[in-house]
Amino acid sequence: MTEDTRLEDAAGAAGVRFAERARRDGLVDVAYASVDSPIGPLLLAATARGVVRLAYPDERTDAVLEHLAAGVSPRVLEAPGALDEARRELDEYFDGRRRRFDVGIDLALVQGFTRRVLRATSRIPFGAVSTYRDVAGRAGSPRASRAAGNALGANPIPIVVPCHRVVHSGGGLGGYTGGLERKRFLLALEGALRRPGAGGGSA
Amino acid sequence: MTSRIGRPRRSITVGLPPFQHLLDAHRADVYRFLVALVGRLVAEDCFQETFLSALRAYPRLQDAANLRGWLMTIAHRKALDALRRASRRPVPVAELPDGIAPPPSLPDPSVWGAVRGLPPKQRAAVVMRYEVGLPYRDIGRALGSSEAAARQNVREAFKRLREVLT
Repeated sequence: MTEDTRLEDAAGAAGVRFAERARRDGLVDVAYASVDSPIGPLLLAATARGVVRLAYPDERTDAVLEHLAAGVSPRVLEAPGALDEARRELDEYFDGRRRRFDVGIDLALVQGFTRRVLRATSRIPFGAVSTYRDVAGRAGSPRASRAAGNALGANPIPIVVPCHRVVHSGGGLGGYTGGLERKRFLLALEGALRRPGAGGGSA
Repeated sequence: MTSRIGRPRRSITVGLPPFQHLLDAHRADVYRFLVALVGRLVAEDCFQETFLSALRAYPRLQDAANLRGWLMTIAHRKALDALRRASRRPVPVAELPDGIAPPPSLPDPSVWGAVRGLPPKQRAAVVMRYEVGLPYRDIGRALGSSEAAARQNVREAFKRLREVLT
């Protein structure tokens, strides 16, 4: 190992210690970490209020962080310690041991109708599904089901705000930010979707 | 035109990158600079203080054009504070050299010994120029002076090094 690599390693370790100390000193406005899940590694970010962003690996990490810096605060740091609680709840959810998230959510990245749609969506219980029209109605605009679909597509916190529980009234699955395969997986996990050979026991 | 309404999210107008990007891009340079200036043992503390100060001030930063120069300015200040603290200790000469390891690109220990003997400003200027590779404009800024003054610092440092080493 060269002297220069050793120095870069030391700088890297010092950077990790710095982020942890900054978090404990309350200087990190947006903390993020990567979290493993059965549907791929998730990027999880939280403010003091709660989870503010969950991104599937299809999204570029840089773009997600830049969006957080512009929309919430530029004090964005990788500080996994701040996400222990959220990570634990996600693990339990994927293990089938949790039906409701207790961590707070922060909808700072969305406003207006989108925020209202997501608030309504977060009340759909585990194992149930709702329709775009229904969610639009609960957000105050019964005829805006297409706009509700767009709002759900802009959900900054999928899984925790369960936009996968919103489907077409005709029975079709509709769309999903993380792709339909993930939507099917989540609905099957919750026992809301019959799929041969999967998700049978949890309903 | 500036609005009279308070703008809590100034980052939108200035376009500051996520702080993690600064840390990733510049931590090695800051670390190298601090090791060269104050030695490996003290560098760790200075590194922490540098980035904590930077993070505290970051949302209010008006200019995102030269973030490396800005970080070096803070690092230099923290290094000077540490050197001042060290020089106030009862046996500074016996203690300080142990903590100071030669930076990697100066293979000849006698050169490093001579650099260590330079006055703080000259030492900082030489290290920023040849260890970190900063342009003179940024060195001037970090030293709280001008580009011309930074060139002068490096020239004087070399003059002194030649005297010591020949």
